[in-house]
Amino acid sequence: MSTHAPEKTRIKEPLLSRTGAMLVMAVCTLYFLVPIWWLFVGASKSSDQFTSTNPLWFADFDLFANISDLFAYRDGVFLRWMLNSILYTGGAALLGTVLAAMCGYALAKYRFRGRELLFNVVLSGVLVPATALALPLFLLFSKVDATNTFWSVFLPSLVNPFGVYLARIYATASVPDELLEAARIDGSGEIRTFFKVATRLMFPALVTIFLFHFVAVWNNFLLPLIMLSDERLFPVTLGLYTWNTQVNQIPELRGLVIVGALLSITPLVIAFLLLQRFWRNGLGAGAVK
Amino acid sequence: MRKSVSAVSALLISALALAACGSGGSSSDSDTGAAAASCAPSSGPVTLTYTTWIPGIEDVVKVWNDKNPNIQVKVQTGPNGNGGTYQNFFNQLKAGNTPDLGHIEYDALPSFRVQDGLFDVQSCDIVAKAKDQFIPWTWNQVSFGDDKTAYGIPQDSGPMALFYRADLFEKAGIPIPKTWDEYAAAAEKVKAAGGYITNFSQSDINQFAGFAWQAGGRWFANDGNQWTVNLTDDNTKKVADYWQNLISKKLVSTVPPWTTEWDNAYNSSSAWTWVSAVWGANSIMSGAPKTAGKWRVAPMPQWSAGQSVAGNWGGSATAIFKTSKHPYEAAQFALWLNTSEEALGLLNKAAQLYPATTAGTKYSYLTNPVKFYGDQKIYEVFAQAAGEVTPDFTWGPTMTATYANASDGFKAAVSGSGTLTDALTSAQKSTIDTLKSQAIPVKE
Repeated sequence: MSTHAPEKTRIKEPLLSRTGAMLVMAVCTLYFLVPIWWLFVGASKSSDQFTSTNPLWFADFDLFANISDLFAYRDGVFLRWMLNSILYTGGAALLGTVLAAMCGYALAKYRFRGRELLFNVVLSGVLVPATALALPLFLLFSKVDATNTFWSVFLPSLVNPFGVYLARIYATASVPDELLEAARIDGSGEIRTFFKVATRLMFPALVTIFLFHFVAVWNNFLLPLIMLSDERLFPVTLGLYTWNTQVNQIPELRGLVIVGALLSITPLVIAFLLLQRFWRNGLGAGAVK
Repeated sequence: MRKSVSAVSALLISALALAACGSGGSSSDSDTGAAAASCAPSSGPVTLTYTTWIPGIEDVVKVWNDKNPNIQVKVQTGPNGNGGTYQNFFNQLKAGNTPDLGHIEYDALPSFRVQDGLFDVQSCDIVAKAKDQFIPWTWNQVSFGDDKTAYGIPQDSGPMALFYRADLFEKAGIPIPKTWDEYAAAAEKVKAAGGYITNFSQSDINQFAGFAWQAGGRWFANDGNQWTVNLTDDNTKKVADYWQNLISKKLVSTVPPWTTEWDNAYNSSSAWTWVSAVWGANSIMSGAPKTAGKWRVAPMPQWSAGQSVAGNWGGSATAIFKTSKHPYEAAQFALWLNTSEEALGLLNKAAQLYPATTAGTKYSYLTNPVKFYGDQKIYEVFAQAAGEVTPDFTWGPTMTATYANASDGFKAAVSGSGTLTDALTSAQKSTIDTLKSQAIPVKE
């Protein structure tokens, strides 16, 4: 017994910690997936069965009827909200990623006076929560009479200091100075070098930035809440919230909110499934540095 | 989540702001001040903006727009008042770009009044003339008891009555309670029959406010100089002790209101009654479809036999903001919206709004039998209740804070720590603190 003991524990310990880790992971997975499961099951029920049947298991499967109800409600305003969200989010994430990449690249590859100061100012922007900026932004946009417009939500969503930070780190790590020198000697302009050479090398990082930015803008709720009062401009998050506050008055809305919530998370899921491969690469690249 | 302004754009935007402050700040203030001083008709066509969260309001406004090419109303929307629209109004007041008209519930009107954000609609002769069309207590909600001024046109009201399960009461041989004493006695028998007499709304203080209103509780008063806060007057304490007794004896269920759990309490026949406002009729219909045909409505139980006093739960006004450049036209629209049979009918159809005018409660769509309630003409009960609401209940200027504090205490009381009276005592103190912190004069 005593002779075997050390050997056994050597095998056992990793096994134990592995099971332990697995257990923790399983609990976490469950914790995160149960609400989505609940949402999916809830969205598939008629409003009658929603209150009266087991919330975690299916009754009659009415998902498609519910979806068509949702699309028909108020001339399909929900679809309009989805489209808005995709425009706000996709547009801002795409442009914002380009901006962040250019900014980070410039900070990494050019030497100029005040570079570190500028970088530190940008970094401090990471610490300022979006919530704290919404009201000042509203007052600023009020001054130029631009509240309740597409731009009042789109423009503030373009900037992303965390993206600048990531882009700088990645540019330093993955774009060799020698390559830029070579491009310059070959007669390539700085802008061309950036788009043709640097962005290729920074691609995994750009995907990471894009994803971060996409999620941040998609979930940014307070800015549109404060800026917008025209229903046709709402992103889907605000639209669903608006309905949800009216459930007391119009209880039928509850079902629509649930189906709408399910549909509203699908673009995020799709974006992650498509891009997660790049994302992992990008995170790895950062870790090495 | 992580989104903020990078250095460059922050600099740009703040430069822009400084420029804007320098050039336009003071002049725009004096413009609006001049426009708001009187209620004179504008020359030429005007476009008004109206922010409300009433579902389906667009269809109502379209009727007006078709008939009034010179006064076009644009609807803006958002979440309900406390869900964000009030905060937006306050932000817009700060920025000077409020809509012309806004939907404000009675209990929120005083907070806009103390911020001096509302236009005195009674300075419009058309409004002064229309005043008598409204049920007197609803007018008091917008005038705060002052004859000469008013800060909104009453839109809807929530007179309260007793919804009860006629079938269950009959089967158990329990008479329908006419007084609160009988209600408490019935609660014991209902418990014995395996149900709960009702669900006590643990986080929605408005229902409790309706009970206190009926019992003669007067939470706030304003003598023109300062506010008096009295969440713990004798009448309110009487109500608090009454419900505390039912909670302590576990004669009422206490699930959070407006949840599926709560719907289910009614749908599965575990809760037998609900003392609620007129709009509650629709909540039961959609939340408890399995109980169709079994509900009836009776007048609210009374504190002493033979009385007939009702409480009110909810209701709102259409207010005109001080920054509106066309208060006269805005008043014309608001009057049409809230007094014409056409508009009130559409509002009732779209969002079950119960009118605040005396004539409105007698319109045909409110005198028909309702199938869900066994063809009872339930709205006649509410029409009578609407006339029995005591007129002098005043809301305070910081109700959001008061509700939040009281609701914390109520939740604690329901789970067995503390009592409803404790909750009110604490809300009383914190309300006074909130008033002081906002530099609103308050009597200690």
